[in-house]
This record gives sequence, C-alpha cells and structure tokens, in this order.
Amino acid sequence: MKFIDEFRDKEIAKGLIRRIQKTSTRPVQLMEVCGTHTVSIFRYGIRDILPNHIKLISGPGCPVCVTPNVDIDLAIALSRQKDVIIVTFGDMMKVPGSTSSLQKEKAEGRDIRIIYSSLEALKIAKEYPGKRVVFLAIGFETTSPTIAVAILRAREEKLHNLFFLNSQKRVPPALYALLHSQQVKVDGFILPGHVSTIIGTDPYQFIAKEFGKPAVITGFEPLDILQGIWMLVQQIEENQASIEIQYRRVVHENGNPIAINKIYEVFEKGESDWRGLGGIPDSGYRFKESYKEMDVRNFEVEVEPSKEHPECLCGEVLQGIKIPLECHLFKKVCHPENPIGPCMVSIEGTCHTYYKYQ
Amino acid sequence: MREEKILLAHGSGGKLSHDLIRQIFLPQFANPILEPLDDSAKITNRQGSIAFTTDSYVVNPIFFPGGDIGKLAVCGTVNDLSMIGAIPSYLSLSLIVEEGFSIELLKQIVSSIHETAEKVGVSIVTGDTKVVEHGAADQLFINTAGIGWIRPGVNLSGLNAKPGDKILLSGCLGDHEIAILSQREGFKFQGELRSDCAPLNDLVGKMLDVYPSIRCMRDPTRGGLATTLNEIATMSNVGMTIEEDKIPVHESVKGICELLGLDPLYLANEGKLIAICPPDEAERLLEVMRDHPLGIHGELIGKVTEENSKRVILHTLIGGHRILDMLTGDQYPRIC
Repeated sequence: MKFIDEFRDKEIAKGLIRRIQKTSTRPVQLMEVCGTHTVSIFRYGIRDILPNHIKLISGPGCPVCVTPNVDIDLAIALSRQKDVIIVTFGDMMKVPGSTSSLQKEKAEGRDIRIIYSSLEALKIAKEYPGKRVVFLAIGFETTSPTIAVAILRAREEKLHNLFFLNSQKRVPPALYALLHSQQVKVDGFILPGHVSTIIGTDPYQFIAKEFGKPAVITGFEPLDILQGIWMLVQQIEENQASIEIQYRRVVHENGNPIAINKIYEVFEKGESDWRGLGGIPDSGYRFKESYKEMDVRNFEVEVEPSKEHPECLCGEVLQGIKIPLECHLFKKVCHPENPIGPCMVSIEGTCHTYYKYQ
Repeated sequence: MREEKILLAHGSGGKLSHDLIRQIFLPQFANPILEPLDDSAKITNRQGSIAFTTDSYVVNPIFFPGGDIGKLAVCGTVNDLSMIGAIPSYLSLSLIVEEGFSIELLKQIVSSIHETAEKVGVSIVTGDTKVVEHGAADQLFINTAGIGWIRPGVNLSGLNAKPGDKILLSGCLGDHEIAILSQREGFKFQGELRSDCAPLNDLVGKMLDVYPSIRCMRDPTRGGLATTLNEIATMSNVGMTIEEDKIPVHESVKGICELLGLDPLYLANEGKLIAICPPDEAERLLEVMRDHPLGIHGELIGKVTEENSKRVILHTLIGGHRILDMLTGDQYPRIC
C-alpha cells in the first residue's frame, strides 16, 4: 500500500462511474463544501466523467476566502505598528484588504513571516521577547486544535508577547445559514473530510433532520470523491437523508474528542463574520475569559474603514450562487498575479481553481 | 583558529583580490585561455554557429542535498547550451560575495565548480569577483555565461514541434524544488530527497548522435514541465496531449506534494530534459535515453497534436482530462 496510487486507480474509477450512471436518474446539484475537494475535482477532471445531469457546485470551504476584509485590514494595521511581528500561514500574504495586502506591507519593510505550523509562532515569540508577535489564527475546525495547543503552550511557558488575531470558523453553522437562506439549491453535500476528522458526524445532523438533505463525509482522492458522489446519488434516488461517512479510513463518528477538548479549553462558540455570508451565530470561536489577554482585538489600533471591490463576486461564489465565469472581473482584471478577491488567492479558492484548470 | 572571512578589500582590485584569484580560483581553473589573466579571454574561432547564454544563480540555501550553488551555476548554463544542440566549451564565472562570507565555504564552492566543469569538459576562461557590504547580498550570488559550438546538422528549437511528434521526458519530476524547499524550511521528511542538479550535455550528445533530427529539447526548470510544454506549444502553434500516468515522480516527492498541496508538474528541475521528435524515432530515442544514467526513468509522455492549438491537455489518472496551464500566481522562492 502506498496510500496514494490505490485511490487513483483508473479501472476502479470506471467501475464507480458506471454505478453512478446506473443509479442516478434525476438531475441533482451537489455542493462540495471544501476547497480541497474543488481542487481535486478539477485536477482529476471529475466533472467531465460524471453524467451531465449531476452538477457539482463549490461551497464556502476555503478558510482564507471566507475571512472578511475587516480582519485582513486589522492584520495590516497591526503589521504597521512598532515592534510587531506578524506570523501567518502563507496563503494569507496575497489576500487583498481594502487598500493593501500583507505582501505589500512586507515589501514596505514590515516584519511579516510565513510559518507552516502554529507552534512555530511560539518559537518566534521566544526568540524576540522585546516584540509583540501576532499569529493570524485563520482556519476551520481542522486547524483550531493546533491553535488551541499553541495558546495552552504559551500559557504554560509564561510567554507574554504572543497574541492571536482570531478569525477561526466552524463549518456546520455556515451550512445551516446556506440552507436556511434558500438562495442556492443543494440536493446533497460532499462534506469535508478533515474538518470531520475533528468534529465527527453529530454537528451535521440538522442537514438531514431539519432540511431533509443527504450528506456524505468524503476523502480527497478521486476514488473517494467518486464513491462519495455515488453514496449521495443512492440516498437521493431512495429518498433517504442521512449523514454518512465515506472517508472511513480517517473519520470516526465521534470525531476526535481530545482535539475538541483542547479547543474548548481555550475558546467558546461565538458569532463570526464570513465573507459573503455575513455574521453567523456560533460559527466561530471567541477567547474564554481566562485567555482574553492573548486576544489581539484588545490592542488599540486604528484600522481603515473596510471596503470591497463593488464588482467582486467572491461572496456569491462562496455560497455557490454564482460561478467564477459569471464574474466580469474574472481573468480580465482578476487573476492570480492581481487578485481582486480572496477566492483568486488561495490555492483552494474557487476562482483560483477555475483559473488554473478550466 | 578564527575562521577566515571575505572582506570588502577582497573585491577592491588590490592585493587581497589578487591573492583570492591566485590562491582560490587559479589552482582550480587553470587553463591556457584563463592563465594570461588579461581583461578578456581570447578564443580561436571554429567553423559553424556558436551558442551563447547567461544565467544568474541566487539559490537559498547555497548548499543542498545533491548539489550547491557552484554546481548549479555550471549545470544551469551548460544545460541551456545543450538544449539547443551546442557542445559546451567555455564559461565565464562572476561572483558577488557578501562581506563576511566564509573563505572555507568559498573554497568548497569553487572546488565544486571545478569538479562539475571538469566532468562536462568546459573551461572557465574569464571571471570576476565583487564583494558587497554585509546585508547587500545574501551570502553569494553567481553568474555564469557560456559559449558552445552547435553540432553541424542539428536544429533544435521550440518552433519546430509538428503534429504527430512524440514527447519524451528524461526522468522524475520535482526533485530539485522539493529538495530545496525541505532544506530551507527544515522539514524533516523520511527518505532521501536530493536535487537532480546535473549536466545534461552527455545525455543530449548521445541522443543527437542517434537522431540529429530531434526537433526540440528543453530543460523544465522554474515553472516545471507544464510551463515548458506550454511555451513550446505556443511557439510551434500546436496542441499537446500528455498522459498523467506516464509521468515519473519519485514516491517521496509525490508524498510531499500531497502534504503541501503542490503539483509536481509545476516544480523546478535542474537535471531533466524534454525532447520532441518525429514519431518513428520515439522508441529508439527512449531506449538511448534509458541507457544513460541521467535518463533511466525516461518515459514517452505524450504527443503533439494539430487540434487544441497552443494548449496542453492532460489525460488524468482516472480517465478525465483538463487543461494544463502555465504556472501563474505562485511565488518563486529562490530555487536556482
């Protein structure tokens, strides 16, 4: 077993396609929630091998993309403060704020560093005790436990110069908001594999129970996605609605209780702002009282008033209401070298994926 | 003993500059064209066309598994000459050194340049060293320019691809960029990750000996296979189809790509080539490639088509297809 090639086997793929063709009779629209799924679907040409009446639409599952402008502007304002080091995951660098980006600020000489793991932020804070180190805590439930661990570790080691710009998001409340708004027709969800590794199946139950839609937690390899689609199509044809797991080799019904406990040691649920979707109750985390001193939102800092490009459709794209090809800016003004909206920046952004593969 | 460092005076043109040349460069590079140390090298003209190219090397880190900036500076320029069918003959060598750089490391790099040049059979016939203040350059930058004589009867160019031609690749993709990346970021991956940095002149020579009629050769460096194929498709005004399951990638590189969300088709290589040849030559050419140590993982990866002009279509592993575009948007760290 090499754990990669086995999940990209052409013959098995053909078999799954035949089953999907045989099972599926109705036109359906399925949403892949996660940006990693979108990339995989395009990278392996999955759309062209599916029957025409099965449509895939992309959802709000790219953490960089859903981060609202106000938070990016705050990060930029912080980077301009004296003795501040901003540490961030790489894909935040190019995201345009209202008038600047972290990449532009870095070129102006601000101290902004790319890291690959939350714990690297601790290392930098220890190395520069005279500076305030601000970690941009962006991400879904997959990243949150590692951020929580970094916070717990900072407390343990009595680090007083490490702070967090907390813009983490929780996936299920966003799906609730999407279904509730009824702006887009979704017949079934391809649910994110890695987020579900942490949270399990429980937080998604409302999709089936309240809205009567099926959903399948799916892995990221082409065979995973094809099998996930087949499972969804079967449920739809049988008028079933339940939350199933395709990605059994990684995801357990109960998720990862240890990781969840770490999150709630430090954070509690709270409203969060999503680009395109606005403020959604319980869709983020806020610091618990005892950890509030690490919240960068306590800093006194002047942030410019936020504005977005009036023609940018990222908000609609994130909800699956529009596709990038419907945007006037796409490919003409907005491209990876000059991204207007965040969906063109992140390698998991829907616009970036369309640009690269379509 | 204190480590010897490069001082600004080493680049002043005075005594220390001369010492540097006599003690570090000349012993390694001595040859009749260089030795007079005149302001220019005198080269006697031969018959035929000459190829002339230049490239600068700013890789970080300067030592990496499988090579160093010196080896890279020779291979990169030698490969550029080789790709248009030239036999590399002479190189210039210019160094921009940051004040305070270790003389011991400089010696190691110069020795690596010597060793690689010797292997290729090129002479370093002229050179220059400048030293800049601490912070004005990152350790060491190298520029090499190269001259080679183009083999008679050979016409390699990105303009030459024709519908029906076959596309060959000499080996596994992405080794160089992944080796540099993991070294720089301190990723500790299991398994051996080495840059493929190597001079391709001998492999090219063997291939051209058998088929001087090869249409085009390119080394897919920055931007990777995908970008290079797009360049050729555009220049020749043709389409291409590539079979994903034929593209060789080492398991370790594949694994890291999965982990970091990278696509091996866009990663830089420093010791691989793409060859485009008439269809009836492909199989024999593949054999010649595979007989050479730098081509043992060679594969026939696709063909040139009349349709889809200026586009490269990838047939994916699971039977779908997608457009393989040029690299866009991603940042280049200093990989070469």
